[in-house]
Amino acid sequence: MANWNNLTKGFFRENPILVLLLGCCPTLATTTSAINGLSMGLATTFVLVLSNISISLLKNFIPNKVHIPCYIVVIASFVTVLQLLMQAYVPSIYETLGLFIPLIVVNCIVLGRAEAYACKNSIGASAVDGISMGLGYAMALTILGSIREILGSGSIFGWKFIEGDTILVFVLAPGAFIALGFLISIMNKILKKSN
Amino acid sequence: MEYLLIFISAIFVNNIVLTQFLGICPFLGVSKKISTSLGMGAAVIFVITLATIVTWLIQHYLLNPFNLGFLQTIAFILVIAALVQMVEIILKKISPALYAALGVFLPLITTNCCVLGVAILVIQKDFGLLEGAMYAMANGCGFTVALVIFAGIREQLALADIPNGMKGVPIALVTAGILALAFMGFAGLV
Amino acid sequence: MAAKKDTLLNMFIAMFVISVVSGGVLGVVYNATKEPIAAAETAKKTEAIKNVLPEFETLNNINVKSAVENEDADLPFYLAYDANNNFIGAAIETFTNKGFSGNISLMVGILADGTVKNISVLQHAETPGLGSKMSEPSFKDQFNDKNAKSFNFNVKKDGGDVDAITAATISSRAFCDAVNRALLTFENNKGGF
Repeated sequence: MANWNNLTKGFFRENPILVLLLGCCPTLATTTSAINGLSMGLATTFVLVLSNISISLLKNFIPNKVHIPCYIVVIASFVTVLQLLMQAYVPSIYETLGLFIPLIVVNCIVLGRAEAYACKNSIGASAVDGISMGLGYAMALTILGSIREILGSGSIFGWKFIEGDTILVFVLAPGAFIALGFLISIMNKILKKSN
Repeated sequence: MEYLLIFISAIFVNNIVLTQFLGICPFLGVSKKISTSLGMGAAVIFVITLATIVTWLIQHYLLNPFNLGFLQTIAFILVIAALVQMVEIILKKISPALYAALGVFLPLITTNCCVLGVAILVIQKDFGLLEGAMYAMANGCGFTVALVIFAGIREQLALADIPNGMKGVPIALVTAGILALAFMGFAGLV
Repeated sequence: MAAKKDTLLNMFIAMFVISVVSGGVLGVVYNATKEPIAAAETAKKTEAIKNVLPEFETLNNINVKSAVENEDADLPFYLAYDANNNFIGAAIETFTNKGFSGNISLMVGILADGTVKNISVLQHAETPGLGSKMSEPSFKDQFNDKNAKSFNFNVKKDGGDVDAITAATISSRAFCDAVNRALLTFENNKGGF
């Protein structure tokens, strides 16, 4: 039961972006389409799970005073591994997400989960936490990407169903802020009801 | 003249927060009061310029000659983290007054993605050292301008009557969206 | 089990071991991915060349100095020949730094008589939803089968024949700039192919 709760919390109760408001920058920048949002979410999940596992493994080895630099080195290594792998096997996605792949290093979710969870819990629980938080993040990004793609370009996952003019502003910067604002507001409403 | 264009472009046309989405966390987090946002902005301008100069030197004199480009991310973030800590220590010793003003913001800057983002952008755009430093400073100013304007709006917003569901973060995001829309008017200026 | 004590030695050991291990892991991954990365880049270019030129037999890669005045840049030319060694056309990897956000790089296919065959966008960082439409057929295909003798490769705002992307005149202008760089360099050098 505890494990099940641990696994589902990231999607809803503790959704990193919609409830905890962590990792806003890539959320706004990369969700111009559903597929971009999903790719960014999965890339972050990759780093999050691996860094959670390693930090949980290393928690008794790292002295307290230098824990932040140690965590950063671990996270940055996984980000670089991800960068190299994406460049090699999915170059087109790597190019679309561009700058925001190296910037996963400073995504507050990754360091935040390391500090708040992985350094206190077992390896298994930390891995589950990483998966839950990562996929919850990916889900939120995909939803936001879908909304912006449907309204802004009249398509979903690249499949176009509205020809002609669409509300272009949703693909542009202002639309990102506004769409996320309304999404969080709706999420608040749902959470209040379920309590 | 060229440097002036860099400044105008970074502050208005390609504002780092409102069009490039870097540094959103502090943009939403420390924008409730104009005075604190000014402090944060000053700290960012200082660190971003220093960090860009140091990372530029590392890229061109350490990573490039030894063909270690793939260590860029890890090297840059460590340098920024160390630099922030060093600035904090030095400032405490040399100028307690400045430390009192900026001190609380410094630790937050390590995870501010606009510092790492700009450092990487300067390398990607192939800027020279002086040009890169100017670009970094201009982007720091762009960050400050956006932050201060936004804080000013939020101070008024706190007094306004807002529908329950939109209170707090949602209305802040929608306001940021409208601000971004306004900044789009500068497109084509440079 | 608690975290190790904060002695200088412990801190040093922890930092040292973590740095060495991650450095080692990165080195291994870097070496393992070096070839696939290079292969992916070559594949992308080959794909673009095939896209912008008619069928060809052999390909010859040379670098030609850009013909734009006061410019010190080399454009890679991929010269295509048929089975009888007749020159068919060239795929030119051209660029512009007038983009709205950074450089744009294109592969432009030009036939022997100077007609643009097709264009492929290699890399750009233009605003998604606006300038990014340059890679869509509705914009870039208007250059196809056009010859500089009867078609002015500039946007209509500048007196040319190209329909700019709505709300992205700067990106459209930059695109034209890159195409014209390729055309000019091709015209100035075509005697030698």
